[in-house]
Amino acid sequence: MLYTNLKHIESAADHAKILSENENVMVVCGRMGPMCIPVYGIAEEIEKEYKHVKFCDMEFDNPESHVIRNLPEVRGFMGIPFTIYYKNGKVAKATSSIQTKGQVTSILNNEFGAPSKG
Amino acid sequence: MMATETNHFDAVVIGGGPAGLTAGIYLSRARVKTLILNEGTVGGQMVLTHEIANYPGVESISGYQLGNIMKKQALSFGCEIKSNISIKEMELKGDVKTFVLSDGSVYTSNIVIITSGGRSRTLGVPGEDNLKGRGISYCATCDGDFFTDKEIVVVGGGNSALEEAVSLTKYASKITIVHQFDNFQAFEHAIEEARKNPKISFVMESTITAFYGEERLESVDIKNLKTGDVTNFKTDGTFIFIGYIPNTEFIKDKVELNQWGEIVVKSDMSTSVEGVYAAGDSITKRFRQVTTAVGDGTIAALASSAYLNELKKKLKK
Repeated sequence: MLYTNLKHIESAADHAKILSENENVMVVCGRMGPMCIPVYGIAEEIEKEYKHVKFCDMEFDNPESHVIRNLPEVRGFMGIPFTIYYKNGKVAKATSSIQTKGQVTSILNNEFGAPSKG
Repeated sequence: MMATETNHFDAVVIGGGPAGLTAGIYLSRARVKTLILNEGTVGGQMVLTHEIANYPGVESISGYQLGNIMKKQALSFGCEIKSNISIKEMELKGDVKTFVLSDGSVYTSNIVIITSGGRSRTLGVPGEDNLKGRGISYCATCDGDFFTDKEIVVVGGGNSALEEAVSLTKYASKITIVHQFDNFQAFEHAIEEARKNPKISFVMESTITAFYGEERLESVDIKNLKTGDVTNFKTDGTFIFIGYIPNTEFIKDKVELNQWGEIVVKSDMSTSVEGVYAAGDSITKRFRQVTTAVGDGTIAALASSAYLNELKKKLKK
């Protein structure tokens, strides 16, 4: 179980539903470990600012996370979390292992657009 | 942008690990208007600990949960916290300290407590950044299972390196430990465990100078530090455990640091600059534990409060 304040994706069906209902989605797929927790923390921190992005997490060891672990974009990944950015249901970007806030926001701004001010 | 009255705090705490959160709890509870500026995730290195079983009064708790409880406590007393920020400029001299964040916002305070903690040391060689998460890892517990039946390298010679190498033998078929010295710095029992493990071999007095691979790590250059010879070594993964460094680069010209970059403090946690205190893993000390960080944070909060009271009296005159 992931002890975060993000929306938890529990199943492949849940994952598909979120992608179908949201244009921009970021999913952090990991465990409660040192490389993953900072990325969950960043997502929680910027969630209110990036209102046009749906932020979620998914437990890496949940068998249903095959929807992420089997993506062609994560081939070669050998470090968690796998962080996937979806645009209209398609993978726009994927990263492996810990990321900084600057790296995360740079991808969000490039792929989904910067948050509107005010 | 100038600091407004609302941007002025009695105290600014830099860092939101156990030392910083403790200082925030004590100061806010004492009605000292306090802001915690934190560059990363609140909780610091503590949140990375799977289980804390030696925190007195709590039988067992994850570092993440303990960090969240401390954060809630600090907030409940009125402490303000800004996370994932970056400090662009600061002035620590004088009765009013100034902080300019990368978003342009400006904060001022009369006292400062630096609790910026530490981080894992990296090798800083070509290929390391690009192949992080693609064969290079800093956490055996997190990524060990990706290397099942693979041949890997572990870099380092301290307790973490040798203990994690032994734990990685659960997954990897072969482990080569690369260490820069001719002897290990780890405890004897950790060395013995590693030496008797048939899956582990050793390359001493050597270091990695480059990582290679396209989609994932394929090989590393290992340089023999005695002869200077460089050998390309095929490997599926590399785990790096070469210690921690204090996060003090941003204050290196502001307060006194020792030769390892740790902040020099007196017994009341005051630094070389008046009104500036420090606590936790970034100060010069031998034992780095959550409990010692909490103790440091308490002392820094109480000592800086006393200083603040005197300063306010002085400023009123």
